[in-house]
Order: sequence, then structure tokens, then C-alpha cells
Amino acid sequence: MKKQGSDSNPAPVLPALPEPLKDLKIKYTKIFINNEWHDSISGKKFEVFNPANEEKICEVEEGDKEDVDKAVKAARKAFEFGSPWRTMDASERGRLLNKLADLVERDRLILATMEAINGGKLFSTAYLMDLGACIKTLRYCAGWADKIHGRTVPMDGNFFTFTRHEPIGVCGQIIPWNFPLVMFIWKIAPALCCGNTVVVKPAEQTPLTALYMGSLIKEAGIPPGVVNIVPGFGPTAGAAISHHMDVDKVAFTGSTEVGKLIKEAAGKSNLKRVTLELGGKSPNIIFADADLDAAVEFAHIGLFYHQGQCCIAGSRIFVEEPIYDEFVRRSIERAKKYTLGNPLLPDVQQGPQIDKEQFQKILELIESGKKEGAKLECGGGPWGDKGYFIQPTVFSNVTDDMRIAKEEIFGPVQQIMKFKTIDEVIKRANNTTYGLAAAVFTKDIDKALTFAAALQAGTVWVNCYSAMSAQCPFGGFKMSGNGREMGEYGLHEYTEVKTVTIKIPQKNS
Amino acid sequence: MLRAAVFTARLCRGPARLGAPFSAAAASIPAPNPRPDIFCNKIFINNEWHDAVSKKTFPSINPATGEVICQVAEGDKADVDKAVKAAKAAFQLGSPWRRMDASHRGKLLNRLADLIERDRAYLAALETLDNGKPYSIAYLVDLDMVVKCLRYFAGWSDKFHGKTIPLDGDFFCYTRHEPVGVCGQIIPWNFPLLMQAWKLGPALATGNVVVMKVAEQTPLSALYVANLIKEAGFPPGVVNIIPGYGPTAGAAISSHMDVDKVAFTGSTEVGHLIQKAAAESNLKRVTLELGGKSPNIIMSDADMDWAVDQAHFALFFNQGQCCCAGSRTYVQEDIYHEFVERSVEKAKSRVVGNPFDSKTEQGPQVDEEQFKKILGYISTGKREGAKLLCGGNPAADRGYFIQPTVFGDVQDNMTIAREEIFGPVMQILKFKTIEEVIERANDSKYGLAAAVFTKDLDKANYVSQSLRAGTVWINCYDVFGAQAPFGGYKASGNGRELGEYGLEAYIEVKNVTIKIPQKNS
Repeated sequence: MKKQGSDSNPAPVLPALPEPLKDLKIKYTKIFINNEWHDSISGKKFEVFNPANEEKICEVEEGDKEDVDKAVKAARKAFEFGSPWRTMDASERGRLLNKLADLVERDRLILATMEAINGGKLFSTAYLMDLGACIKTLRYCAGWADKIHGRTVPMDGNFFTFTRHEPIGVCGQIIPWNFPLVMFIWKIAPALCCGNTVVVKPAEQTPLTALYMGSLIKEAGIPPGVVNIVPGFGPTAGAAISHHMDVDKVAFTGSTEVGKLIKEAAGKSNLKRVTLELGGKSPNIIFADADLDAAVEFAHIGLFYHQGQCCIAGSRIFVEEPIYDEFVRRSIERAKKYTLGNPLLPDVQQGPQIDKEQFQKILELIESGKKEGAKLECGGGPWGDKGYFIQPTVFSNVTDDMRIAKEEIFGPVQQIMKFKTIDEVIKRANNTTYGLAAAVFTKDIDKALTFAAALQAGTVWVNCYSAMSAQCPFGGFKMSGNGREMGEYGLHEYTEVKTVTIKIPQKNS
Repeated sequence: MLRAAVFTARLCRGPARLGAPFSAAAASIPAPNPRPDIFCNKIFINNEWHDAVSKKTFPSINPATGEVICQVAEGDKADVDKAVKAAKAAFQLGSPWRRMDASHRGKLLNRLADLIERDRAYLAALETLDNGKPYSIAYLVDLDMVVKCLRYFAGWSDKFHGKTIPLDGDFFCYTRHEPVGVCGQIIPWNFPLLMQAWKLGPALATGNVVVMKVAEQTPLSALYVANLIKEAGFPPGVVNIIPGYGPTAGAAISSHMDVDKVAFTGSTEVGHLIQKAAAESNLKRVTLELGGKSPNIIMSDADMDWAVDQAHFALFFNQGQCCCAGSRTYVQEDIYHEFVERSVEKAKSRVVGNPFDSKTEQGPQVDEEQFKKILGYISTGKREGAKLLCGGNPAADRGYFIQPTVFGDVQDNMTIAREEIFGPVMQILKFKTIEEVIERANDSKYGLAAAVFTKDLDKANYVSQSLRAGTVWINCYDVFGAQAPFGGYKASGNGRELGEYGLEAYIEVKNVTIKIPQKNS
């Protein structure tokens, strides 16, 4: 067996990392409807900040119910029977998505810089990982556009029956702030490849890259009204989408708490289809027979990636007893290596949390951990005198009943627990309302496959963590969500199946 | 066999577009260079150009003039061996090609499509020079479909899923869709570039390596694409292209012990040889896309204008050199005379001439052999008592041009109603009832395509389900797209190309079963 990387792999090498843009201009701050830019009807705007220095970047038009109404009307019109969008060849929808990918690739540096400044995301991560994922996701969905097959069905009787996979219609899409651009693409790409029209609400913390995408969507040649982008707040614009009687489907990524509101709103209004991708408290199980170096590194990245602001964060690390102390020691050592600071700088490895609210919530949970008896091994407080930075924090001796072992922290705080037996750890890993992701590290084939089956989670990684790509479905068991995004499965959430049955004179096989 | 997606879009999209004239599209075609430079005339192995081991060459002829365009290296068994070795090396476990992300294979195919798009005018001119098809068609139809086909399969590369399987017992069971390995691909001269794309698209999307033999009549465009394959970044050895003849290079591929699969498009006669060679050598997998004698059934309730137009197109497109040509036009009794009259009128108005002239609808046949064979069929038709209504002769004093020819009063037992003519010769037959015409339509060793024209829903469904053919068109003909599978019943072939079905011919399914401690749903 050849070791990976031992000879030249032609697979796409990551592009060279350029310097972030020095003079980033924010050109797009308005509401995007019908491929045009609009002021908010109320005349209101809201401020957008750089979380690394708490400075205002710009003001953005604040969408509310009236603006959502306008956007939905535009989306509805673009979806009318006989419209250019409805009569377009599926392969042409694919071509447009590929074209959009080309434009994102062209403007990669602008978008990555914007994402870093507005989201506190490391520029290197934004440029290499986020933008890379955006481009690949667009191309992946582009390929699906003309491959979403209906079926012909051998129905009993003298009938000819076939199914059409039709777009659902107007899709409301409400996206979070942790991966603003990736989440934007994850939402619009499958929706458009299936032929829907969308009204997207980006998070109020991070609307800028989504709005920039509006300009690229227009440039790519996607017809007016197909994509509409309304920046604004959840209780106003978000609620207007999820309660709207003319929105056929709503997709939401965010907290479980808000997920419940969305489903309730759909129930109270028009029973729109709902898909949710919510929180997690994902277990990461490390057996004594695992490759310890790899396990420590994956467990570390699985938690600390993007300041811990990942719904899939491996925030409950269960380590088998014989290697527990060594694992903790190495994890602390790894966590201490961080340089915090301005995410645009090349040697910085951790940026700020997204905003003051998150910052305070994380610090409060760290306090609860200390109070409830977990052992604070490193970090535990804020860093620097401005910006929302938190020291990389590791807790050991964590027990399952502590708040830090049950609640989603969404910050750079790692919990390490001890376990003895397989049955015990399966039970403990599954003892949560969440079920988004899970991982197991072992060299034993039986253990690996047992855990692959036993863990109640939408994604299970074996000897790796956070391995995601557009081909793989992603979503939650239990209260981590409803439905799946990406992969072929993700397309089902954006189609209605229509059964057409035609009486025929005589059936033959 | 094919018609433009461009055409289809224009004609089938409702009244708003019906009027859009062909000339509007023609206006967007760059003027052709009727003497394109020839850059590639050797054997392409390992992303490099090679002379034939024998040093032999053969001439490629311009069928519009009979003149030699250039000499081309003549591949034979020794060259095939070299190519297969290169392909095998590229397919080794751990090779760059085997380890490549599936999505990256898709990216390379998309890049190849970009490059072909960039060189579209040059390639269209080369196709016209070597094959004789009108430049406007080559540019608008062939090249458009080539690009779309490659993009379509680019998309499949990371979407052709294996399955996990609920096997009985304490097991975990899944399938991997693995590439078959070294695929020999032997392609015809009627759509040289498009047939190349049809073959390469699914083979490369699924991760195979290829040894392709291009037709001796039309090697030039495919060889130029070889250059683009290299430029796109495909690793050496993944695609190897050998110009040469069937009995030598083609036979070497189909009987090669190290070729895992052979795909052939061409005559039924040669299809038999390929299948036999596979059986006598290593039982390589075989897919065949062969001849046809496709029935086109016109019911009396059909839209007459449209039916006449489509039946004409179904036969005369590409100088009649289509395996799916609608070469048995069955017309219901009560409209027979009018249909025949209008078909003759339409055939007479067909413009035959220099394929680089934008007014030309019909160029020369591909070579002298085909030219003579077609003229032979025409005299047989006359001798056997069919009524020659127009055409019937060569259309120029040099080059392989044949007049658009229509026969009426054709009977099912005549040679021209049973054998594939592969030329601009239309047979019109009369029928009375549905049951009768279905039986007559299916009374053929072929089963590639068929069509029915009717406004009646019941008839459309009944006839379409009754016809023994891989493709049935209702109120249209020659509608092709990379999304729709294509292939033959009976002696018209084995397997399908295009669509998701087309991928199946290029994979081995591997079932992996693992013992586990305890099964749970």
C-alpha cells in the first residue's frame, strides 16, 4: 500500500495564497430583488461590523416584511408557467451555475477578503477552504441540473404512468453567519439546479458576501426574480419568510431554538415544506488503539476550526481510559500553539468570535464549566483589548451532566471525557437531543463498523473529522434538523414529485 | 443520426420561436476557412505524437473533390500494442489517474469542452473538409452537441453512486462502481467528433483509460482533439488515439488480450466481427451501436406540414448517413398521395453543393465506396419495381455527391426497404391500419429508432409501446441530447450510450461484504 502523498497526485492542488485585498470597497449594501438594487421600504438600515476590531464596516438596507413581500412577488413571477426560467433547458440551468462558479473563481480574492473582514474568518481559510467549497458546490450542482430523473412506473392496469420531478416553487432560505458564503451557495445551488426561485435572507452579522453574490448572479445571466436577497433580522425578515403564505418551502440553517420557530411558522401558515440544519453536540470517540497523533490533531481541528463556530464541532471528546491522560496532555499542548489576532494576517491561526453576544455566551459557559467541576487545562478567558477574541480553552474531567457537555458552546472550548467500554460510550454519545455528526478513531474494523451503525448522527466519520464535500449528504438526526443538504439526497428537498397517469388502450410490458 | 439541439430548441418551443429563421443562427457562425491547416496527423500515445511502427501512412480524402488532404500515420497491431501498454500503465493502481478525485475528472472534461468551444470554428471547418458535411451544420449541430455531451458527462463523474445493501446476516455490504479498465473504442466517420465525445465522455467520467481507433475516412478532427486532451491536463496514457483501418488496427483492439472492453459504432456486419473477436480472445465487455432501418409512421391525423418536414429531415440529414435515419416512411393510405407529392417537392428543393457554402444543405457522401454502394441500391430499387420520383443520380461531376432521391410505392420485401442504404434515398410505403403497420415496422432485423406522427394520444401511446426500437420519437425525429439514452434492439446493437444508462457500460460493479459483530437496521 502506498502512503498518501508519496508520489505526485494530480488532484487539484490548493491555489497559492495571495495577500488579502488592501482596499476592499463595499459596493453592494442594498436589497437585491429582480436583479436590481432596492432601498428598504421602511428606509431603515443596520450597521455591519468587523468583529476583529469592533469597527463599523458599512450600513446595509434593513429588509422587513414589506421587502420580503416584494421579493416573494418577484420570485413568484419568475416562477410563472411559461416564464424564461420555467421554459429553460435543464442543461442551461447547469450552464448558468457553472458560469456563476467561474465568476466566483474570478472574484475569489474580493470575496475571501470580504468574508474575513465581515466574518472574522481567517483570510487563508476563507480563500482556500470556503471559496474552494463554494466553487466546487456550484459546479457539483451544475452537473445535476439535467440529471434529476423522474421515473416511468409499471402501474397495474391499462395505464402509462410517469413521474416528473418539478421544482417546488418559491423557496425561502435563511442562512447563518458562520460560513456566510458557503451556506449561501449550499442553499441556492441545489434550489436553482432543480429550477426553483429563491428569497434568501443572509444573517444580519454577515450580509456582505451574499449581497456581492447578487451582482454575480445578475452578471451570470440568471433571469430577474430567480434569486432575491433580503438582508435583515430573524424576528422581522426571517419571520416574514417563514410565515409567508406564498413561500412554498423554507430552508433554515442556524440554532435549534430558531429552527423550532420556523417549523411552527410553517405549521401556522401554509404548511410550507421545511428543511432545517441546526445545532449539534457531536461526540468524537477515541479508542486506545487509534493512531494517537492523528486522533489528537483531528479532534483538535474538529473543535477549534473557525473559532469553534461550527455546527459539527466535535465538542464531546470521549477518550478511552488507557490513553486519556496522554491524549489530554497532547491536546493542551496543541491548543496552546495558537497565535490570535487580525484574521487578515498570515501567521494568525485564530480570529475573533462573530459578535459580542456570542462572545459573552461562550465566556458564560466557560464559567459554568469551572463552577460545575470540570478541570480548566488552558485558556478560559478573553484575549486582547478589542475584538471578540477568546483564548483556546481545554477542559478535562468533564462529565456528561455538565452544561458544557450538553449545550452547544459554538466557541473555542474543548471538552474531554473518559470512557471504559464500547457499550457505555455508545450510550453516552447518543444521550443528547442532537444528532448532527459523530466520529470514531480506531484501527479495529469491527469497532469502526459497529460505531458507524450505532451512532445516532447524520454524518459519522471514521479516523477523520470534518471531511465534507458537495457529493455527501449532510444533515441531522433528532433535533439537529430535518432533511439533508448536498449530494443527490439534497435535491429531493427541492423537488415535488408529480405522478402523471394516462389511460391507454392496451398495456404491454 | 442527429439533429441539432439548436434545431430542436428552435422548432419545438412554441410559436414564439417557430419563426426564428435558420439564417439568424447562421449569421452568428464565423466564416469558415475552407483550407484549415492540419496540425495533427500522427498516432497519439501517452500524450505524444508517434509515427506508425511500420512507418506506413494513408491518405485522407476530401469527399467534395476527391483530392488528398494529407497523409496520416497508419496504425496497426504494433501501434495498438503500444497504446494499450500506455493505457494500462495509466490505469495502474496508485496512478495519478486512479487516485484523482472524481470531481477533478469532471473538471478536466469541462476543460476539454472549454477548449473545443474555443477552437469550435477550426474544428467545424476540419470536420467539413474531411467528412463533407455542411460547415453550418458542423458548427451549429455537431460542435454544439460535442460540447454539451462532454459537459453532461463531466457532471456525472462524481455522481454515479454505488449502493449500500441490506444483506441478510451480520454483514455490511456495499458496491463500488469501478472503471472497467482499458477501453477500446472504434468510431465511425459519419459524426467523427460527436462519436468521439459520446465515447470519451462516459469512459473518462467513470475513470477508464482509452485506446480509440478513428475511422480511416475522417481521422483529422479527432486527432486535433487529442491535442486538446493533452492541453486540458489529462495524464499521459489516459487517452490514446490511433488512426487506421478496421481489419488491422480495429481487429487488433477487439482481439487484444489486454483490452477490457470494446465499444464500437458502425455497421452490423462489423459488429458481428467485434463480438466474435471478444469471444475468441478474453471475453472483453462489448457494446455495439450498429445499423438501422428505422420506421417512421405517419398517421392520417398528423400535422401534415410538420410530418413532411420531419420525415424529410429524418432521412436526408447528414446526407442520409445516419444509423437512425428514418428510411422506411410508412404513410397512412388516405394521405399517402399528398404526402408523397410534398416529400418529392421538398427533396427537389434541397440544395446540394460545396459544403463550405452557407446555402448548402447537402454535401458529398463520405467516400467513393459509399457513393457507389448508394447508387447500386438506387438501381436495385428501380429494378425491383419501386417508383423513382426524383433524383437517382450523381449530383456533380466530381466529388461524391448524390441527388436527393425519393422512391414511392415501395414494398416491404424490396432490398431498399430491408437494407441500410446510408445515403440520401427516401422510401415511402403505404399502410392501412395500426395493427398492420406495427407488424410491418417491427419486421426488420434492426431496432434502432422509430417514430410516429399523430395527434391522437391513444395512438401515440399504443404505437410507441409497440415498436421494437431503442428510441421512439413521437411527432418529432432525430431529437438527441446527452441526457437521453440511445442504442438498439435486436441487430442494431448491444447496450446504450448517453444518459445515466450510458455509464453502466463503463463500470464494473464490485460488491464488498464485511463481517460485522452485530447487524442493526
